[in-house]
This record gives sequence, C-alpha cells and structure tokens, in this order.
Amino acid sequence: MAKQIFKKPQTMADKKLHYCPGCTHGIIHRLVAEAIDELDESESAIGVAPVGCAVLAYEYFNCDMQQAAHGRAPAVATGIKRVHPKNLVFTYQGDGDLASIGAAEIVHAAARGENISVIFVNNAIYGMTGGQMAPTTLIGQSSTTSQSGRETSVEGYPIQMSEMLATLDGASYISRQSVHNGANIQKTKKAIKKAFEMQMNEEGFSMVEVLSNCPTNWGISPKESVKWIEENMVPKYPLGDVKTPKEVE
Amino acid sequence: MAKTLMKGNEAIGEAAIKAGCRHFFGYPITPQNELPEYMSKRLPEENGSFIQAESEVSAINMVYGAAGSGARVMTSSSSPGISLKQEGISYIAGAEVPCVIVNIVRGGPGLGGIQPAQSDYFQSTKGGGHGDYRLIVYAPASVQELVDLTIEAFDVSDKYRNPAMIFGDGILGQMMEPIEFNKEPIDPSDLPDKEWATTGVGKKGEKSVINSLSLQAEKLEDHNQKLKEKYDKIKANETRYEILHEDAEYFVVACGTTSRLCKNAVKQAREKGINVGMIRPITLWPFPEEAFHKVLDQTKGFLTVEMSNGQMIEDVRLSVNGAAPVEFYGRSGGIIPAPEEILEAIERLQGGDQ
Repeated sequence: MAKQIFKKPQTMADKKLHYCPGCTHGIIHRLVAEAIDELDESESAIGVAPVGCAVLAYEYFNCDMQQAAHGRAPAVATGIKRVHPKNLVFTYQGDGDLASIGAAEIVHAAARGENISVIFVNNAIYGMTGGQMAPTTLIGQSSTTSQSGRETSVEGYPIQMSEMLATLDGASYISRQSVHNGANIQKTKKAIKKAFEMQMNEEGFSMVEVLSNCPTNWGISPKESVKWIEENMVPKYPLGDVKTPKEVE
Repeated sequence: MAKTLMKGNEAIGEAAIKAGCRHFFGYPITPQNELPEYMSKRLPEENGSFIQAESEVSAINMVYGAAGSGARVMTSSSSPGISLKQEGISYIAGAEVPCVIVNIVRGGPGLGGIQPAQSDYFQSTKGGGHGDYRLIVYAPASVQELVDLTIEAFDVSDKYRNPAMIFGDGILGQMMEPIEFNKEPIDPSDLPDKEWATTGVGKKGEKSVINSLSLQAEKLEDHNQKLKEKYDKIKANETRYEILHEDAEYFVVACGTTSRLCKNAVKQAREKGINVGMIRPITLWPFPEEAFHKVLDQTKGFLTVEMSNGQMIEDVRLSVNGAAPVEFYGRSGGIIPAPEEILEAIERLQGGDQ
C-alpha cells in the first residue's frame, strides 16, 4: 500500500481559503500550522487574527482563536498569555495592522518581553482595503493613495519593523524571511518553529517577519510578484535573523 | 464582620479581588489612579497579573484577550481614557465576553478637568463605541455600594457574557468611608468553567473562537437580534433602583454622588412641608422606567439633578412620557451642586406647579 508522505497539517482547518490567486498567505498559514504540529502544541495554541486580509485566520487554524481590532493583536495576545502562561500564544498580522495602526501595541509587547510569538506578513501594501500605501510601501512604489509612487518628501520612508524592534531589550528573537521561492519557504518554516520553541522555553518576545506578495494590488501576475519580492523588497528588507539570543545562536 | 476605612478607588480594587478578579490592565489618569496602584500591589500577592499598558486602547484590548480566555478581568479609567477604550468595548460587547470597566468620571468634553462629573452618562448608556450594543451600567452612591456593586457587576457580567461598567465620579473614587465585605471571597478556581473561552482545544476537546465579525448581513442581523434578546433579559432581571417616600407628590431624580446631596435637600424640603421624594437609578442601563410608572398617578412633577448639563433627563422624560412635568437642575465642569441650590430648585418645581 502506498505510504502517505505529505498531508494537510492537523492545525490547518479543512477550509477553502479566501485569499486572491497567487497570494502567499496560504503558504504562511500552512507553515504556522506545520510548526505547531511539529511542536505538538495544537491543543495548547491560541492564535489572534488581525484586521486585514488575514481577518478570517480564525477559521483556518484548528486551534483556539480570538479576532482582534486593527493593530491590537499584541495587546489581545498579552491578555491571553497572562491568563494562560503555558499555552502557545501567537498573533498573525499584516503590515498595515502591525506597522501603522498597531505600532504602539507591537513596540510595547516587544519592550515588555511579552512571551508571545508574532507572525508579521509584510507585503508592502494594504491588501484588504484595496491597495493603499502602507508604512512598508517602498520608495517609488505606487498605491491607490500614492498613485505616482511613494515620495519621501511627501510620504516619508518605509519602516523596517524587524530592525526597529530588535533594538528593544525585551525582544528575544527577531527574524525576517520570505516565501518567494522554495528554499526561502523552508527557511521561513524553520524561523517560525524557532520563534514558537523560544516561546515555549519562556525566552520572551519573538517575531518572524515574512515578505509576502500582493499580485492583486500590485497589479502584476503571481509569477511576476515573487520576482518583485526578490528584486525590490529583499534589498530594502534583508533576509535572515535580525536578533537572536546568544543561547540559540 | 469588622468595618474597614477605605478610599473608594481602593475599595473597588479589593472588591474585584474578592470577586475572583486576578487580572487588571490599566493606564494612569486622574482621579482614578489609586485603583491601578492598589491592583499593582495586590494582584501579584494573589498570583494575578497587573499591567500598566502603553495606552487605554491597549489596556482594554488586554482585557478583551484575558476575558476571552475565561478570566475575571477589570480595567479602570476616567472620562478621556474611557473614550479611548470605546473601540475595545464595542468589540468586547460584539464578541460577548464578560468584564468590568470602571469609569471614575471627571468633567469634559475634551481634556476637561479633574473634578467630579456625571457628564459621561450618554457615553456609558447609549453606546459610546460603534454598533448596536449595551453595557450594564451601575451607579453606586457610596464606597460601600462601590464594593457591593463591583462584586455584583462581575457576577452579572459573567451571567450574560456582557461587559458591565461601574459609573462613579471623582468624589466617590477619592473619598474614604467605612465599608464591609459582606460576601465570602471567591476563589477563581472555584468558578464554573467557561466552555466558550479560549483555553486551548486540549482542555475542552473543541475549538473556541472569540470574534465579532459577520460579513454576511443576515448573519450579523441574527447576531444583533440575539444580543437584543439578551438585553431584554437584562432589562427584565437586572434593573435596580431605590425610591424614597414612594407616596410623595414630587420626585427628585438623581444617581450616584448627586443622589446623596439630593437626599439632604429632600429632607430639608420635607421639613419645610413639601411632599417630595426621590428616585435613584442604581442601574443607569437598564434604566429603571418601572420606578417612574409606580409613582406616575400621584406625581405632580419631577426634578432631575445631575452633575452635567442634562443627560439622564432624557431617560427620565422617556419614562415619564409626558404624564408630568420634568424639570432640570445641574452643574457642570466639575462643580458639585449644593443641597441649598437643589432645595431652591425643588421649591421652584413646587411653585411652578401651583
């Protein structure tokens, strides 16, 4: 009889995803679910869904979930973690959610060394609301609210959240990865698993920033979009661990 | 049980702990600071958690997370801070998680002042945040009532899975009175499990989702309908009020601190031969319409007294529904009406009727 070597992770619900064709949210969801499975934490895990494209994440993970207001996921996760310090608590947030309206919440969760893990999906644009400029939108990148391209004299500069949060003593593990090709997908998985492991070892705040695409609002094909990540996003948002505590280096 | 002398703000904190609350998330604002300060000391002693959040917005969302996880949890603030919490309060009401929110009201609008007021009545009873929801709002009039109603607020909030608010003011928060804790302290581990809470699938065997999103209009309408039915139940079961001199011809209507000043004025008026009583709403929502219906047949006029320019009076008028005149006396900006001023207003009410 044939041996099954690949299947849907237990922590991933058997539901059709609503994401646009070619969007990498599905891949990132899967990596989170696989990491939870491998650490055998699906029964303890409590996730927090954001506002934005991933607002329905509570339907896609087979674990307890709370849905938070825009940007507030780290505060909600803080409340959950203080009640259940032994459970695996994670947030799943986009760039508008985390780097703009929720900037205070993420900074202070990191500064407190809150023992939670954050999955930060950076696609350099507001997806759900129709392609407006995000704090992570690149210089020259056009969006519906920066139609001739982001200009520093008008819209300022993109924020490198990982580097910024890494300066905080409470942040324990900060890594930036990408899912634009197979090799990087594997690295992203490893980083997510490490972030969760560190949380279970009570090492404090961990975050994995994942460079992602938005073919719909970037107005290009899925194939072109992964190339765009590599050529445009990676130079501004370099990949790799940004902060690692000495003991896991 | 021996009486203890406690400051209002601190008494609320101890009452919450006695009610099994082990988590508090807040942000400093005058005149309620003694409450988070008290919790920062007491909760670690009870193996609980206290966080001074980076903002009121964060604090209320920490409450949302902890309440969704099944814990008894509290936050407190004062007027401008409560405005910031409204986003979270709407989510909490929509997701139907219980918690207790304390508002030690000060004068507004805007940054206002730090003196006591009741001008957050509309905000507390008519929504405040977006959407079709209600808070259960208690208006204590003494430090003892702060204690008793805080404990009740936790029970009622859990019972209906609905946020409850303690509507105090700067005087109540700041003053000291002898109190006693009449109920046995609750050990949170003895409270019944909340099967709906996010505690991890392992503990319950099935997944819990705490959420206030319904993208389909029909489903959202169903949810709003379900909430309305719950609010009707709360109205039927949890309305609280006090009537003084039920057979009176005139009634002063006041809540919280103002009701104590009115009690004094009513006493003076009665000594002068005016047959006046008092209706004191203890729950501001649900508003005690029934108290007014009880006395409508014999009443020649009502006088609503508030530390605002007139907010509760709208609910009084709705309850009276044109059956008798409803007059108003109020002070705002943090000024406390003196019993003599109220007495004069009572005399005007009687005079106007004659």
